[in-house]
Amino acid sequence: MKLIENVSRRGFLQGSLASGVFVLSARFIPEPLWAAEGEAAATPFEPSLWMSIASDGTVTIVAHRSEMGCGSRTALPLVVADELDADWSRVRIDQAIGDPKYGEQDTDGSHSVRSSFDLMRQVGATGRVMLISAAAAQWSVSPKDCATEPHFIVHRASGRKLGYGEVAAAAAKLPVPKKEDVPLKPRSEWRYIGKESNSLFDLPEIVSGKAVFGMDATMPGMVYASVEHPPVLGQKIKSYDDKATLKVPGVQKTVTIQTFKPPHLFQPLGGVAVIADNTWAAFKGRKSLKIEWDSSPHAVYNSAPFRKTLEATSRKPGKLVRNVGDVDAAFAKGGKIIEAEYYTPHLAHVSMEPPVAVAEYRDGKVLAWAPTQNPQAVQETIAGVLGIKKEDVTCHVTLLGGGFGRKSKPDQVAEAAVLSKQLGKPVKVVWSREDDIHFDFFHSVAAMYMKAAIGPDGKPTAWLQRTVYPPINSTFDASATYADDEMGLGWNNLPFDIPNHRAENGPADYHVRIGWLRSVANIYHAFAIHSFADELAKAANKDSVEYLLTLIGPPRIVSLEYKEEEADEKQRYPLDTARLRRVVEIAAEKSGWGKRPMGKGRGMGIAAHRSFLTYVATVVEVEVDSKGQVHIPGVWTAVDAGTVVSPDNIRNQFEGAAVFGTSLALFGEITATNGIIDQSNFHNYQLTRMNRAPRHVDVHIVESEAPPAGVGEPGVPPFAPALYNAVFAATGKRVRELPLSKTKLV
Amino acid sequence: MIRFKVNGKEKTFDGDPDMPLLWYLRDVAELTGTKFGCGMALCGACTVHQNGAAIRSCTTPMKEVSGADITTIEGIAPMHPVQKAWMEIRVPQCGYCQTGQIMQAIALLKDNKNPSDQDIDTAMSGNLCRCGTYQRIRAAIHQAAKETA
Repeated sequence: MKLIENVSRRGFLQGSLASGVFVLSARFIPEPLWAAEGEAAATPFEPSLWMSIASDGTVTIVAHRSEMGCGSRTALPLVVADELDADWSRVRIDQAIGDPKYGEQDTDGSHSVRSSFDLMRQVGATGRVMLISAAAAQWSVSPKDCATEPHFIVHRASGRKLGYGEVAAAAAKLPVPKKEDVPLKPRSEWRYIGKESNSLFDLPEIVSGKAVFGMDATMPGMVYASVEHPPVLGQKIKSYDDKATLKVPGVQKTVTIQTFKPPHLFQPLGGVAVIADNTWAAFKGRKSLKIEWDSSPHAVYNSAPFRKTLEATSRKPGKLVRNVGDVDAAFAKGGKIIEAEYYTPHLAHVSMEPPVAVAEYRDGKVLAWAPTQNPQAVQETIAGVLGIKKEDVTCHVTLLGGGFGRKSKPDQVAEAAVLSKQLGKPVKVVWSREDDIHFDFFHSVAAMYMKAAIGPDGKPTAWLQRTVYPPINSTFDASATYADDEMGLGWNNLPFDIPNHRAENGPADYHVRIGWLRSVANIYHAFAIHSFADELAKAANKDSVEYLLTLIGPPRIVSLEYKEEEADEKQRYPLDTARLRRVVEIAAEKSGWGKRPMGKGRGMGIAAHRSFLTYVATVVEVEVDSKGQVHIPGVWTAVDAGTVVSPDNIRNQFEGAAVFGTSLALFGEITATNGIIDQSNFHNYQLTRMNRAPRHVDVHIVESEAPPAGVGEPGVPPFAPALYNAVFAATGKRVRELPLSKTKLV
Repeated sequence: MIRFKVNGKEKTFDGDPDMPLLWYLRDVAELTGTKFGCGMALCGACTVHQNGAAIRSCTTPMKEVSGADITTIEGIAPMHPVQKAWMEIRVPQCGYCQTGQIMQAIALLKDNKNPSDQDIDTAMSGNLCRCGTYQRIRAAIHQAAKETA
């Protein structure tokens, strides 16, 4: 059984890699990846544990990123194993607890591999050098005359061999070599990186039902809790009656959780928790709770009028976020002026595993097990809420049943800790699907206004774009109304060759918690930009692919004066239009663009979008039937993500992104009435099912030696605009809002 | 007292007869391979077999399993052809819904040895996968069908 022992923190630190006689405990500080991370840089001498080798040869590698389905927990140890020249079948993975000594651990922003690739290579290669040195010393030969094959050191001249386990103890006594004395394998010698044979480390446990997700974590003596949250953000309890609840068999008691003080951060929402012997009793007990809530300023939130407010703001000049040339002067010169407005609603993450966590508070310290994308955020949040030190919060990370950004916000873990402190025993908090949908950190509703002038050759002479939405920053600063990081997500980095361009952002208030969802602001930004690009193509009477290539323009590095992703990444990851052009050409070619007769009600659309430093072009083919229902016979995606670790996993990510994209393009919409979310479960917040999913998704990975870029998210942004452009090709209807189910096509 | 079998073993239950089988399996019997996803039979993550047929355990109250033979993912013989196909096609991403998908697929193949794409769509569209692994699920079911043919 998956009983999770309440080990002491000291015991854990000794335990995780303690079976190894060789423990690589050197702290590696790769530049510039950690340079910007104040906390990690401030404690450079604290040893950081990455791997160990036991005398039986078992290699244990620490995975410091979470597994939510994107493959990070497999990919990073694979990189270590490759440089170590380990036999993958003899590798165990040890999931790291939250601790700044690992650097940043937020499995988010599609950056696990790109942020840690160099570090993981260095970890593995250092171990290999030390193992070779130990074997060479035993043989009294020069390390230069030795090589490795998986899990063995070989003396070339004599053919003698020693297993990694046999020299592990001796290797442990050697000084850790300097970075410059640790050669990395040439690409041609990689055994695992980039190979088709890689599969998820946890695959056997997943298919047999043995994998431990957050939902499966337990602690001895724990009780179950289900929390009735304030229906409107920020409401407090005026009074409540739990008489009927306490009569439900299995219910033990009810406990209140204080409503947060703004900004809400990742704090618990507040409410009444029903404590019970099992999950069902807690759920059932909640149904008969009677709670009177006070008022909240967010009760004014109604989606229809709010949309009008956003749209009105988008028609007015906003804050400048990028300027090239002079759009006003260009518009004044005339040409064909085209304007369009786009609207996208809130979305909910709805990971298949709803938020859940188990935590114990004891003697001023907290031990938690949670399906979290960010165990350090668990430490910070619980420390903040309970007024303890974050070092006194130990967060173990289970597998995540999906995350998509929701699970980097650990409010439910904090609930478990708060309740455990009140009850004096471990508490497992389980959110229902209704809780998950009502109380998400929602993907923001957004309105975009676009205006362009096209010249006699059909090319735009000017392009103005405005975007308005409640910002993610409202989670951290209740007064925030303008976007911040969202600007680098497909708005201040338009890669088009247009002499006059301006990008703006307008203000908006928040009334629900706003968060990041798989590819974040790229979703609405790409929807507006690539729908509009297609509108211009039609206005210019050009083929969509040909026009898109014209917009992208000649191969060049696009100059970006504004913040795009992390500053240091600009140099390493320049925005290269040659790479963007290539994915457009490949997706078009693979789809048979322009070469296959489409017939009545059928059409193809394209969009190409770079996000998380990865270049993606997607062609979607649609068939609109006589009832106006949209079917998707095919999707062709070309991806340039630089160096890739597990190609088949990347195909899986992009196949999945097409389904995720179908959900948000066809069905996804969260609305609010008087501050309360209208949707509650999968009957009124629909996801794509197999019968509505694309029939065939073809993913082509561009071979590249460029540094690794993101793969978990970049498949999503181009999907909806490509699908909408296909709907236009099939029906002649230009739809400018998500989701498509709101528009009658016939 | 409700008497029934889980994975071939005799069981009794005298708790709340309205408790869904899902929560009995997870919280009482500690068989956590069966997952909670929606509580309304809308997602299929909780799929188990009752007398060989796929059911949604989240909406099946304990009072309805009296005398029944329940099989969960833990009761499936190790490396069933469906699980093997799931491994070879590398279906899972996060994996959370996959035990329910596998239980649904096993039930499908029991009734239909050689399902068409249409048959698979009909049988599997009650099982949601937020990661979007449907294309691989379909391929894996075809492969398992070939293997067991």
